[in-house]
Amino acid sequence: MKPISAPSMKQPSRNFRPSVLATLKRDRWLYLLLLPGALYFLVFKYVPMWGVLLAFKNYQPYTGFWNSEWVGLEHFKLFFANPEFFMLLRNTLLLSLYNLVFFFPAPIVIALLLNEVRLAFFKRTVQTLIYVPHFISMVIVASMTYVFLTTQGGPVNALLFKYTGTTIEFLATTEWFRPIIIIQSIWKECGWGTIIFLAALSGVDVEQYEAAKIDGANRWRQIWHITLPAIRSTIIILLILRMGNVLENGFEQIYLLLNPLNREVAEVFDTYVYFMGITQGAFSYSTAVGLFKSVIGVILVLGTNSLAKRFGQSGLY
Amino acid sequence: MAKTYKSVPGTLFDVTNYILLSVCALTAILPFIFVISGSFATDAELTKRTVFLIPETFSLAAYKFIFSTDTIIKAIGVSMFVTVFGTIVNLFFTVTMAYPLARRALKGRNTVLNLVIFSMLFGGGMIPTYLVIRELHLLDNYGALILPGAISAFNLIIVKNFFQEIPAEIEESAKIDGCNDMGILWKIVLPLSMPVLATFTLFYAVGHWNDFFSALLYINTPEKWPLQVLLRQIVLLSQAAAGDLSAMDATYVQPPDQSIKMAVIVVGTIPILLVYPFLQKHFAKGVMLGSVKG
Repeated sequence: MKPISAPSMKQPSRNFRPSVLATLKRDRWLYLLLLPGALYFLVFKYVPMWGVLLAFKNYQPYTGFWNSEWVGLEHFKLFFANPEFFMLLRNTLLLSLYNLVFFFPAPIVIALLLNEVRLAFFKRTVQTLIYVPHFISMVIVASMTYVFLTTQGGPVNALLFKYTGTTIEFLATTEWFRPIIIIQSIWKECGWGTIIFLAALSGVDVEQYEAAKIDGANRWRQIWHITLPAIRSTIIILLILRMGNVLENGFEQIYLLLNPLNREVAEVFDTYVYFMGITQGAFSYSTAVGLFKSVIGVILVLGTNSLAKRFGQSGLY
Repeated sequence: MAKTYKSVPGTLFDVTNYILLSVCALTAILPFIFVISGSFATDAELTKRTVFLIPETFSLAAYKFIFSTDTIIKAIGVSMFVTVFGTIVNLFFTVTMAYPLARRALKGRNTVLNLVIFSMLFGGGMIPTYLVIRELHLLDNYGALILPGAISAFNLIIVKNFFQEIPAEIEESAKIDGCNDMGILWKIVLPLSMPVLATFTLFYAVGHWNDFFSALLYINTPEKWPLQVLLRQIVLLSQAAAGDLSAMDATYVQPPDQSIKMAVIVVGTIPILLVYPFLQKHFAKGVMLGSVKG
């Protein structure tokens, strides 16, 4: 335990350890291979991490990064004092909450249903079909949403008009924005989401089902007592990942449906950063908004992860 | 697999289950079929019958219209270029980095791995990344659609895990035969990793084809737009291809807006639907190999 024994323990292995130079020489090809990737992470991931310092500066394009003056927390103060802050926080959190309640369980349910299918052909066909939307771009999804829901010849409104005599401006009202986003997400990703649960389920020992059957368990009880526990840790890991992304609602999806008429419920941190930064040029201010978002995100991942560990689950790290 | 259920409640359960899953599968696929059939319909039919599977009169007017100028063809060309070159860059960067990281004996491996994982947790965000791209003079350059996403950290780790599963003995014996690390990667590791590489080739390629975000951020000139940005312009903003489509041949009768939009959607989707059968064969297997054993 105490360091007294440590040197004597380390001594023998040290004699066999090749020198740093020798390892470098031995693995020179490996280090050479590592170089492009390392450069990539340095330039496109780590340099921008330094760039978050802009949040504490007053960046002007002509003075550049290094010469801009430090302004401390001014941009953060400005942001928190802005009444839009609460709108953004509310929109972001509500979308995440709805996603958690409606979208998150969907792949689990479908995986459980698929797991009960004995007909291999049927199972394969359903899987093949429900994976398709995952590969379609968000632009296509938004376009199809538009084509179906528009009041100018969209089938949904045409049917509505035929049976109720009224039409609904789905894409230009505040009430429909969130439901549309959630339905889009479910349609696009829930089939794909089943893969990971099906993988976890493929490891379940069939004898457990036999034993349960002998004990008189019906199909529901088997699902409840055997199948669900088998995917519990997968569910928890995905829940942790989702918690970390609570402030990320998927820029493309929101941006594509966002318009001045639904902005009140649609604008989220990501789109706000884009509009303030890229289209209005308020680089420092929007960097501050982005930094706020990622810091909360990291805290949430680490927090939920340690919480999961405390409750006896394996967690991510 | 060998479970058998013959009881009546069991059968009821099965019937309900099959019906529910069929509904799910149809929901996933029907919107595409509606859009495809709508794109071949005439204006009159689209206003008369709102949803249908087979158009009464088969019309190519919408397609003739969107291909009457080269705006869309050019955008398709840009998307194809970015997809092909982007995917090559992705594969090169991912494989060359994953291989050293898969070697447990490599000094500094854990540091690099931790730095990669940290970059998944925390990032500079949209604006600092944008400024880096600008400093590198990549704005309005197709490099901006390829380089910033050259490696997906997530894919890198899966490929690394896969490489790690290849028995060290094979590599040892190659080394004894006089192969260096480059040779081992090229002659042994890569051929053994074809399923996983095929999967990621397709994932990366689909990612490039579908990419909208980077073009929105970094490509400002409409003539340089890839297909996805143009799609949004036509369908969502309804500015017929930045004015170009309005200058179409006068001999074409103005087809309905709705069917043009549907045709444009079909054009943006077709490549994916074409590669999908090939894709489908590989991905589940490939992804599982990498992630489950992790």
